[in-house]
Amino acid sequence: MRRYSAFAIAREAARYHQGWERAWASPEPKKSYDAIIVGAGGHGLATAFYLGKNFGITNVAVIEKGWLGGGNTGRNTTIIRSNYLQDASAAIYEKARGLYETMSQDLNYNVMFSPRGVIMLAQTHHEVRGYQRTAHANALQGVKTEFISPARVKEIVPIINLDGPRYPVLGGLWQARGGTARHDAVAWGYARACSDMGMDIIQKTEVTGVRKENGAVVGVETSRGFIGTKKLGIVVAGHSGVLADMAGFRLPIESVALQALVSEPIKPCMDCVVMANTVHGYMSQSDKGEMVIGGGADGYNNYTQRGSFHHIEETVRALVETFPMISRLKQLRQWGGIVDMTGDRSPILSKTPVEGVFINCGWGTGGFKAIPGSGWGFAELMARGYSPLTAEFGLNRFKEGRFIDESVAAGVAH
Amino acid sequence: MLILECPCCGVMADETELAPGGEAHLKRYGPGSSDEEFEGYLFHRVNPKGVHFERWRHANGCGKWFLAARCTNTLEVFATYSAQTPEPPQHVIDAIAARRPNWSIEA
Repeated sequence: MRRYSAFAIAREAARYHQGWERAWASPEPKKSYDAIIVGAGGHGLATAFYLGKNFGITNVAVIEKGWLGGGNTGRNTTIIRSNYLQDASAAIYEKARGLYETMSQDLNYNVMFSPRGVIMLAQTHHEVRGYQRTAHANALQGVKTEFISPARVKEIVPIINLDGPRYPVLGGLWQARGGTARHDAVAWGYARACSDMGMDIIQKTEVTGVRKENGAVVGVETSRGFIGTKKLGIVVAGHSGVLADMAGFRLPIESVALQALVSEPIKPCMDCVVMANTVHGYMSQSDKGEMVIGGGADGYNNYTQRGSFHHIEETVRALVETFPMISRLKQLRQWGGIVDMTGDRSPILSKTPVEGVFINCGWGTGGFKAIPGSGWGFAELMARGYSPLTAEFGLNRFKEGRFIDESVAAGVAH
Repeated sequence: MLILECPCCGVMADETELAPGGEAHLKRYGPGSSDEEFEGYLFHRVNPKGVHFERWRHANGCGKWFLAARCTNTLEVFATYSAQTPEPPQHVIDAIAARRPNWSIEA
């Protein structure tokens, strides 16, 4: 792999950019691998990357039905934060946030991580108490957040309307080291690094079945034939239930559509991420100038990657109250992704009833921020059978009643 | 926009009138059941990519619960029917079979 650098740009500029090599290879699948990851999204590729980097397991294939990063990795609103209430959540999300800080250097790929700060607005007295509690919890967890006054919110976000007609801003939970990153680049950077380690990234290949012998996995049936493995990681977000059905177990998961939209690009007007959970909306401004807007998920099961119009309307209506200046903006694009929701709104990183099959799913509406931490922990789980990062996120927590209840702590927005 | 006919009041209701209530025909376990049965009842869901039986409430209408058979892959609605039924009635199964010849209720 040729390293990307300022020197490389100068070198290629001098020879009409003829020397750039492909960022990752597209090889034919081998007969078998030490480990197979299903799903070449951020979480799947990060898992493969850390299997290689931390555990030296490089005979790995990442199998993807569509194209690399074409699912929720390319469909989210790119928010990165770690201000969760529960210790287990804070640990994995803070690990991820920390890894994002050096990801561009680690991968030699510019993921445009921008620690621009994230504010979660408190717009009811319940929310004020809730976020103050989260700030205290974060202090104990070593996650730097603070509860700030409305005046400080206005200072950070001048375009905000503090005295909204329905929900005035009463304060905010501020994480200065949160921010955004370029979502596609995260997948591309990991793919390039994995390919460089000799891993095979096999796109446009659908897994159609999981072959088992004596209760243990021996490989996967794909649209390009059988591929053998004794270790299978299922990292397919919205389609987790479909893959689990192939492997022969059920999940406490339902798949629903979550939508996002961007406005036409405008001049820089907001240099942080603002989330308003009471009114269901969150917004940031991309480097291109578009206002990137997301809201709540639909309430019913759906695999179509498009959601209900009225949810977009509700989200925009709420944000127009909070940011009156966006009322004249035109919508440029809108899209949906299929998110995998668990009962406690926390992910599942776990062994499964089938020996050798591991599952990483249930990130629901908030997986992007967790990609490197999730990959780190899940790779450790797959390689060693245990990871302190993922220990609390097992499938058995539902039977045992050990929920990691973030549905209250995090509101709807992730 | 999703439109379902409420079998209780006969209104063709937009989804803004309706509240989704999750998977239908769950078997409710009571005292004396095993942990596995409780776990399945409380958390495990079929979550199919295809035909799905689900509960809806005509929240901003007659207020009654009803059930619907719907495809999660195409958003096609096959039928809506009374909530006072422990399993999909024959006319609903026929309506699905007419549109999905390879579908069976076990799948």
